Amino acid sequence: MTENTPAKNQRKKSIREISPIDVYKNLPRTNCGECGEANCMAFATRVVNGEKVLADCPPLFAEENKDALARLSELLAPPVRAVKIGAGESAVTIGGKYVLQRHEFTYHNPAPVAIDVHDLMPEAEMDERLRKIEGFSYLYIGRKLSLDAVAVRSVSGDAETFKKAVERVSRATKLPLLLCTTDPAVMKAGLSVAGSLRPLIYAATEGNWKEMAALAMEYGCPVAVSAPGDPPLLRSLAATLLGYGIADIVLDPGTSAEAGLSATIGNFTTIRTAACRDNDELFGFPLLGVPMAVWDAPEISEDVLKWREAVTASLLLSRYADLLVMHSLDGWVLLPQLIWRFNIYTDPRKPVSVEPGLREYGTPTENSPVLVTSNYALTYFTVESDIKAANLDCLLLVIDTGGLSVESAVAGRNLTPDTVAAALKEAGVASRVSHTTLIIPGLAARISGDTEETTGWKVLVGPKDSSGIAAFVKERWKPAQQAVGP
Amino acid sequence: MARNNSSNRNNRNNAADQILALAPHLIEMLDGVQQVELEDFAMEIGDLSLFIPKGAFSSPSPAGTPPAVRRELPENLIPAPFHAKTAEYPGRIREVTLGATKADGGSRARAITIGGATMPAYASGAGPVLHEPVIALDVFDMEIALPKYLKENVLGVMQDPAEWARFNVEKLHADMVTVHLMSTDPLIRDTRPSEAAKTVEAVLQAVDVPVIVGGCGDPKKDAEVFARVAEMAAGERLLLNSVTLDMAEKKTLGAVADAARKHGHVLLAFTGLELNSAKELNRRLYEYLPPEQIVMDLTTVALGYGLEYSFSIYERARYAALMGDEELAHPVISAATNAWAAREAWMQLAPEYGQKQLRGPLWETINALTLLLAGVDLFLMMHPAAVLTLRDVVKRLSSPAAQEPADRLNGWVGVRL
Repeated sequence: MTENTPAKNQRKKSIREISPIDVYKNLPRTNCGECGEANCMAFATRVVNGEKVLADCPPLFAEENKDALARLSELLAPPVRAVKIGAGESAVTIGGKYVLQRHEFTYHNPAPVAIDVHDLMPEAEMDERLRKIEGFSYLYIGRKLSLDAVAVRSVSGDAETFKKAVERVSRATKLPLLLCTTDPAVMKAGLSVAGSLRPLIYAATEGNWKEMAALAMEYGCPVAVSAPGDPPLLRSLAATLLGYGIADIVLDPGTSAEAGLSATIGNFTTIRTAACRDNDELFGFPLLGVPMAVWDAPEISEDVLKWREAVTASLLLSRYADLLVMHSLDGWVLLPQLIWRFNIYTDPRKPVSVEPGLREYGTPTENSPVLVTSNYALTYFTVESDIKAANLDCLLLVIDTGGLSVESAVAGRNLTPDTVAAALKEAGVASRVSHTTLIIPGLAARISGDTEETTGWKVLVGPKDSSGIAAFVKERWKPAQQAVGP
Repeated sequence: MARNNSSNRNNRNNAADQILALAPHLIEMLDGVQQVELEDFAMEIGDLSLFIPKGAFSSPSPAGTPPAVRRELPENLIPAPFHAKTAEYPGRIREVTLGATKADGGSRARAITIGGATMPAYASGAGPVLHEPVIALDVFDMEIALPKYLKENVLGVMQDPAEWARFNVEKLHADMVTVHLMSTDPLIRDTRPSEAAKTVEAVLQAVDVPVIVGGCGDPKKDAEVFARVAEMAAGERLLLNSVTLDMAEKKTLGAVADAARKHGHVLLAFTGLELNSAKELNRRLYEYLPPEQIVMDLTTVALGYGLEYSFSIYERARYAALMGDEELAHPVISAATNAWAAREAWMQLAPEYGQKQLRGPLWETINALTLLLAGVDLFLMMHPAAVLTLRDVVKRLSSPAAQEPADRLNGWVGVRL
């Protein structure tokens, strides 16, 4: 049963193989509309696309639908279990992955980044560090990116010292905790003050699993099993804890940035591949990556260690880590991780979009050019960076194209003379400039004539690629002439 | 229990020295910073007993957690052997050779072959790769605006493409050099094809590594320049960067492809994050020259500006090719330098986001590493620290899966920092 040979049951369907019919036949089929969809079939389609969850269908949770709910939960369960760490509002869910590769579906539950503190830190230093952890944030495409958890390490090896540290941390922050020690007595001391906060117990190992399993059961906490560089042992630990009835398990295959980097990336990949492609239930748990492991190194300057930690973290984010433990609090180390994490957890089927509306660059005057673009984030940011690189004074009218690029939006009729006219009016562009000339993207050339007719503005067809905007404006924008309206 | 063997330690220090030696601002930052002496990690196990008192199970489970079922608890670890499966893929990425030695009609000291993958990059159970990814460093044929922390490394050589190329090879150990003929742009200097060919000739004479020739992006002008350069450097097996569907539309694609076939060069087929376009462009090129003379660029977007689109496109292309789509079974390149388009790479931000002289090179590094995992075979790069790190990671990832001792891997738990 624990061999990873083909399961005795028929292989469970992957999320990509589940059809709306599979879901529909287990729904109440009353078309009640409580989910906000027109009917149960529409809801089933949304569920299969990952756009709605079972909880959006209240009737499904009625007593008479108990069996149907159980069947659906089983059908839709991800091959990598979702595990909750922490309690209350700042609790995080890790894992819950459906696919190996992002483009197959979507990655769910962005990997939380936990920053470490330890029990021999002077109190003032610990408080300052916790303040920094909670305070660190970066505004990215209108979203606040921040850190998510605190890992409390026992460096002293002393139960009382660890207990005090955990108590101090749990008073100072609401962030979820990871309690890190391989000594069960020390772990118990930590749990005695923070056990009700559902911290992650790190870690059950070959040497202590019995005691750690007992603690996980006693406190009802998730537990990490750790077998650095030894996937069969890791699998065996997971099987054993499952034998205890513990289901909230996290896997630590070990992280090395050095000679063992190849093994590290290999193990993460092997484990996730087994879970997603071969339905290996014993490997169907979230993976813990520890970029912080680089700090256990001799006599290397701090900046090189930070550099190495940043590199390791980014590799692990791309290669299936569901939770990271890091040490560096430097912005240059953390910023790329938080941005990359945000990026790979977006839905690859849905382009990211930006707010439509009028943007200003430089110090535009009433004679400055007005450019038009789409609200597809990639297009918008590219255009913006080209405008900035050219030091152009201009207005940029960002049209709501439903997040499609210019070319797709023209083809899909999301960018039309009517949407341009509506956006011009909405943003009050006519009152901002004394001319009535628009520069539209070269890829929207098709709609230039009709746009002139509909808006009453003169339309210039700009370059196909925004890198040509600077040259185009230089050559074609003659404010004095443009000031004459049609 | 061997914690650190000495060669490990030496490798570490060498790598660190190298990064520092090549990135002036990393060094500057470290001036006056003392090397940190870490205490040897040690879990000081106290006198505490591991014995858990019997009454310990009495406290109730917190609300919301299902009560643990009392059952026959395992006395021993349940064995759960694991045998990693080695997936076999029907497809294989073509091998493409760049540069030609005297024996093969060129003048390079050695040729470089890329591609040949039979598995996703660094997949589980993957054996040693046939050809490791290589790095080409950029050279421009005119003064260009570069972020300060890119410019400072090449200030002394920027005026002379040949000198710049030599610097890239001798000082930074570039596997290849890209000479970007930016000045040929009709909107910039409109340099004549004959003059552009002279620049390429000078670079070919200055270095003996394979060379990539970059155009200006104008489909007509690039075609003229590439045709001229192809003829001048007949037999050198240059990589012409790039040909596009725009060229097909402007009816200049055929001329370039013919020149490449006739004079023995390789084409870089560039498309914008769209696999159908990539396939279409390749189909058009197959009419002119063998597929072994085609490399693909699927577009690299900067981290924060859409790198995830590049990541997924490269992953999809590689996976489709390995599953048998021959129109995508070409080696791929990535312009990691595009990372510098992100403002986070070059802009002064609030102090909590760190100094940009570190943020910038790290941005390029992470851009490259991310696409390394997606299967990229050739990187176009600029910053020395990014080059060094990528080379170091490639080396580590390609070496047999040496495992560090388990006690060492758990050392972070008790390390005193």
